[in-house]
Amino acid sequence: MTQDVHIQITDRDGILHDVQAPTDMALNLMEVVRLFELAPEGTIGVCGGMAMCASCQCYVQSSHELNEKLSEEDAMLSEAFNVKPTSRLSCQIQISLNLEGLKVELAPED
Amino acid sequence: MITTDILIIGAGPTGLFTVFEAGLLKLKCHLIDALPHPGGQCSEIYPKKPIYDIPAYPEILAGDLTDKLLEQSKQFEPGFTLGERAETIEKLADGSFIVTTNKGTQHKAPIVAIAGGLGSFEPRKPSIKHLRSFEDKGVAYIIKDPEVYRGQKVVIAGGGDSALDWAIFLSEVASEVTLIHRRNEFRGALDSVEKVQELKDRGLIKLITPAEVTAVFGDSKLEAIEVTKSGESPLRIETDNFIPLFGLSPKLGPIADWGLEIEKNAIKVNNALDYQTNIPGVFAIGDVNTYPGKLKLILCGFHEATLMCQAAYKIINPGKRYVLKYTTVSGIDGFDGTRKEAPKVIVKSID
Repeated sequence: MTQDVHIQITDRDGILHDVQAPTDMALNLMEVVRLFELAPEGTIGVCGGMAMCASCQCYVQSSHELNEKLSEEDAMLSEAFNVKPTSRLSCQIQISLNLEGLKVELAPED
Repeated sequence: MITTDILIIGAGPTGLFTVFEAGLLKLKCHLIDALPHPGGQCSEIYPKKPIYDIPAYPEILAGDLTDKLLEQSKQFEPGFTLGERAETIEKLADGSFIVTTNKGTQHKAPIVAIAGGLGSFEPRKPSIKHLRSFEDKGVAYIIKDPEVYRGQKVVIAGGGDSALDWAIFLSEVASEVTLIHRRNEFRGALDSVEKVQELKDRGLIKLITPAEVTAVFGDSKLEAIEVTKSGESPLRIETDNFIPLFGLSPKLGPIADWGLEIEKNAIKVNNALDYQTNIPGVFAIGDVNTYPGKLKLILCGFHEATLMCQAAYKIINPGKRYVLKYTTVSGIDGFDGTRKEAPKVIVKSID
């Protein structure tokens, strides 16, 4: 049996959710947010997860070692609003065992 | 007043395929879309990206899918109201509807099919103080008619394809074009980036990077903007126009106020039958609807469009019987007088 990882996600209303994300479904963090309905449909993952919109932007609050930003993500973030040094597009973060305890906050909707 | 049989709101893949299915039933369609071109998300967000789950296409680019759908429905001569957003709906005593756009264009039809996807694409507006008070007074977020910038000074902000492409285009129209972006790198197609580089070298585009527009000034209309390069003091640039191009984000918009049952930003429909909403005569198909088991897939939108057209036929032709015809057997008679049909089999005896 594969393991789940605990992820703490603060939604756009400031409410903290502790969710268990499965690691065997090839999910990314944006899909986890949708799976647990932590943001209304249509306000997150608008492009489907291609790093072509910034609707899934989040701020990483823990010190986990994440996969490097690809140029597409980096460029998209350069056009997004409310960007901080900790900003990532959650669709580009793949859920894996090393993300146990990850803490993120969803960026505001534009 | 534009009149039609089925008024389709949204010219994405589902809306475009509706034209074809309606055409087979001799029903005419007209489409309204807030974007200036058909295709919806496929054209606006990911035209160059491949889709792998369109039946019979192992791989097709989203932009090509739009072109194919337009070609498939061409003989049914759909009408288009593009660059306008459906704003209000009114039900008349005879059961038909009048849908009016934000530009005041009126459409009358007995059937309304909302194929609105995630909603109408609205420009993302940067939070610069007083920016909104200069809208249509020098500030615009979408370029509809580039001619209005002839001989004027234009400042464009953004780093994607539309910022690059418009900077290139306007360099031949405007008296002065300045492009401002937060990074030195641009996200657009490589040839657009190279073209901007060339125009910059020739002094036809002024490039300011990495920088951000931080203020706008003017009296009754825009007169100047303030641009701040990171770590430097702000600079004032005189300009007639400021066009921030930071992409579009979909909003369900005015449709949310049409009295339709909405759940999770989508319109609830009857999926046991025909994808009709709680308002008889108004249907919702494709990504914009929801029902138990809903999947937001283009191929599901095609199916929903097909069943919806059957229901539309029954409403428009009450009491009339319908027999399913296969296109292979019956061919297709276009509203433009064209006919497509399978070649006749030649029966020949063998001596």
